[in-house]
Amino acid sequence: MTDQNEPQHPGGTPAGPPADPHADTRHADKHHTDKHHVPTPADEETAAVVSLDTAGGAMEPSAVPATAQSGKIPGGPDTLVRRIFTGSGMVSVLAVLLALILGGLLIALTDKQVGATATYLLARPTDFLSAVWGAATRSYVALFQGSVFNPDGAGVAGQFAPLMETLTIATPLITAGLGVALAFRAGLFNIGAQGQIIMAGILAAWAGFALHLPLGLHLLLVLVAGIIGGAIWGGLVGYLKARTGAHEVILTIMFNYIALYLLRYLLNTPAFQRPGESNPISPILDPSAVYPQIFGTQYRLHLGFLLAIAATVFVWWLLNRSTVGFEFRAVGANPKAAQTAGINVSRSTILVMALAGALAGLSGVAQVAGTEKVLTDGVAATYGFDAITVALLGRSTPWGTFAAGLLFGAFRAGAVQMQIQTGTPIDIVLVVQSLIVLFIAAPPLVRAVFGLNPRRRKRATAGKSRTAATTGGAA
Amino acid sequence: MVRVLKLELKGITKSFGSLLANDHIDVVVEPGQIHCLLGENGAGKSTLMNVLYGLYEPTDGEILIDDEPVSFRGPGDAMAAGIGMVHQHFMLVPVFTVAENVALGAESTKAGGFLNLDDTRRKIQEISDRYGFDVDPDALVEELPVGVQQRVEIIKALVRDAKVLILDEPTAVLTPQETDELLDIMRQLKSSGTSIVFISHKLREVKAVSDIITVIRRGKVVGSADPGASTTELASMMVGRAVSLTLDKAPARPQETTFEVKDLTVIAPNGHHTVDGISFSIARGEILAVAGVQGNGQTELTEAILGLQERVSGSILLDGKELLGRSVKEVLHAGVGFVPEDRKVDGLVGTFSVAENLVLDLYDKAPFAKGISMSPAKVMENANSRIGEFDVRTPSAASAAGTLSGGNQQKVVMARELSRPLRLFIASQPTRGVDVGSIEFLHRRIVAERDTGTPVMIVSTELDEVMELADRIAVLYKGKLVGIVPAGTGRDVLGLMMAGLSPDEAHADTVHHRPVRHTEQEPTSPSHAEGGDHD
Repeated sequence: MTDQNEPQHPGGTPAGPPADPHADTRHADKHHTDKHHVPTPADEETAAVVSLDTAGGAMEPSAVPATAQSGKIPGGPDTLVRRIFTGSGMVSVLAVLLALILGGLLIALTDKQVGATATYLLARPTDFLSAVWGAATRSYVALFQGSVFNPDGAGVAGQFAPLMETLTIATPLITAGLGVALAFRAGLFNIGAQGQIIMAGILAAWAGFALHLPLGLHLLLVLVAGIIGGAIWGGLVGYLKARTGAHEVILTIMFNYIALYLLRYLLNTPAFQRPGESNPISPILDPSAVYPQIFGTQYRLHLGFLLAIAATVFVWWLLNRSTVGFEFRAVGANPKAAQTAGINVSRSTILVMALAGALAGLSGVAQVAGTEKVLTDGVAATYGFDAITVALLGRSTPWGTFAAGLLFGAFRAGAVQMQIQTGTPIDIVLVVQSLIVLFIAAPPLVRAVFGLNPRRRKRATAGKSRTAATTGGAA
Repeated sequence: MVRVLKLELKGITKSFGSLLANDHIDVVVEPGQIHCLLGENGAGKSTLMNVLYGLYEPTDGEILIDDEPVSFRGPGDAMAAGIGMVHQHFMLVPVFTVAENVALGAESTKAGGFLNLDDTRRKIQEISDRYGFDVDPDALVEELPVGVQQRVEIIKALVRDAKVLILDEPTAVLTPQETDELLDIMRQLKSSGTSIVFISHKLREVKAVSDIITVIRRGKVVGSADPGASTTELASMMVGRAVSLTLDKAPARPQETTFEVKDLTVIAPNGHHTVDGISFSIARGEILAVAGVQGNGQTELTEAILGLQERVSGSILLDGKELLGRSVKEVLHAGVGFVPEDRKVDGLVGTFSVAENLVLDLYDKAPFAKGISMSPAKVMENANSRIGEFDVRTPSAASAAGTLSGGNQQKVVMARELSRPLRLFIASQPTRGVDVGSIEFLHRRIVAERDTGTPVMIVSTELDEVMELADRIAVLYKGKLVGIVPAGTGRDVLGLMMAGLSPDEAHADTVHHRPVRHTEQEPTSPSHAEGGDHD
């Protein structure tokens, strides 16, 4: 099982029964890799369009006289990635909707009744269609019941249990997603949330089980240790990039490996391994070192979720109301202009990576001090990679990331219920997640499907689909 | 060259979405004519030519060659029909030889698939001899001067039998001398029957060489003129209102010298001395204009002063304090205002709002920030007053700066840099790609800054601008300071200095004889005589 937490090898592990909750790693890895492949053809397309546009120098003749002297688009090859990460929120909503529709079709495809009705499709097509509709809606209703509200639950507490579970799972996704989003706003592609979560987890867990301090102080120390662990791990990447020019994508990927293998090594040392245990697992954290549960012991939801909200507010403030965020955004959007305006680009790079690491560190703390209360080598599960998707879906805005984190939390929480109730495989949720990424990476595709491409369709159609999309997305 | 060709554009319309780049444009290029398309940046000249060259498909209208309608699906079709284009940015492979570049795209092969360049070499030699291009087919393109590279582009078109040659802003990268040589080449091409479509916004050149001028404004043909029309007349047609081309500026009243550069040297990563032992000083209340052809060390000089260059030696003193070795922020805080040469790359963050761009180097200072907390209200307030003061045409202060026109973007940069008390003002290419109306305004602001007693340094590759603004003119050539001459020095002298001659040599040359580079060139070309008088 342990191998499944490796950052790469997409599909390398044979599909085993998902016994432990993190066994779905390989799928997440898959869509993580997808993201790397997707931009390539699109990149060329953009380059072609750009070259055409600039060749004439007059895409918008009188409004923007292309100073023929500078044919370059500032930002260079990262422009497309940037566009994908910061494009319009509507594409996000439509991408989710489209992915759900396709997911529904896939569900129908695996459904027995649909298969049965398909045999006499031509004779009675209505049977087939209603079977398709039935299969898809049943699954999604189950997904909803497993993630938001279950009317069949035992009492009010039971009915809201799914929602609590969603919020619990969303917590590390949100904070790590914020880390990715923040770095991205400063022009850095932070693939390293995984490693940052692990480092935070190591330090926080150690502070939690090895030290024995009074209530309050102990938890504070755990929190600070985790945040510092993540910040150092992220900051180091920023430092190396600023000083040597190494690319942050390579650095963060390598740092993920280092963190993971360091964790595995530590879990086999006396300092971390639980006494009398042969498995790589740490002692349980002191009760004084764990997050209090917000709504009592019946739910797993812990203080980490409130911290995630606070972190979202903080990142919003940082980006929109602080000089530091102004620098980050300026460096991210046009590093040359930022430098010319006296902004220290190296310092921004180091600082933003440290902050990104600190935010991912919050996820690490949420894991060890919130949900798991021990340190295993699955501490980060796939949260670090899902965080990239979450930031992507949230368009790198703080509240967008928050919402995307909730959505992905809901998918994960609901998937189990969906499998139990309808037999729809859990994997379908990962397919939907992957489709979302795919669609977000290809906005023209999404717009084409919904008839929103401005040059081809009329405004009226666009308006109609937009309302359809918003209502659909809300469901 | 027997075949001649008449080219007609009829009702060409090209729209991008809701934007009308070309609006029913009619142009007729008669055989053997130099037809000038005159218009400001963004008027739609380049779009029109890209339609003609097959790069864009027109929304409406047709292209007629010898009265036959044709349609081009790409540059290949256009070339086959006898249309050649020389882009402003050369489409040459630097590490290839001239012959390889010319053959590129139409390579002929020997038996066994080996490249056959002999034919191409012969053709190049033939054309080069006929027009006195002086181009060696086996020279590496990257080792040729810009002017010669341009001739390679022209050869490329001629080898493909172009009967109509489109030259898109061909003089932007040339020294005045090279420009004159190009104009001569154009005349020769014309006399051998090649028609030329000459795209430019430089009135002097247009008047010197054109047979007929078509003026384009906002995607429409606003009229045609003959080259005898006065520059003011042409300028007002181009802009759409009366413009004054001469700047009324009071004579400089220089005070004490507060800015001094001593023996400044900048070494590029490849080891070249991009700035080589330059010394000069600027007094308060004086404008020093740095002239030179693009790429002769101007960029590095200004960046070195600002602290953006890494390997710099020498000394830069402002108010007696050393600026060298300080961070950009410290230099800015010492009172240096800096307008970079390329506003889109260095001056603005395109996706930021106008308001944010107006505080791009002031965002962490009061009143815009307290500690690390910024005040959006103050930023907005500042923006609204600057927008008013500098007449920035923008839908609102919250609009993205990248959506503004070049002139308005430049006003944003200028407004930002002039909005605080300055001890030194440096403006690099202050009006590049800016409409004529804004140029007037920006020039006045620069002079106004001088008159408040700030030392001002202008870097420009446009000789007209240098001559208009300067109180003294410094000329750079290959990183070295050729000399500093007083304002009012003739265009000819400056031109020669830009080619590397010392002021004395340049004076001697212009007094006694013209520099003769090609035997077939007339000793005094008409463009010189005209150019000297008009601007």
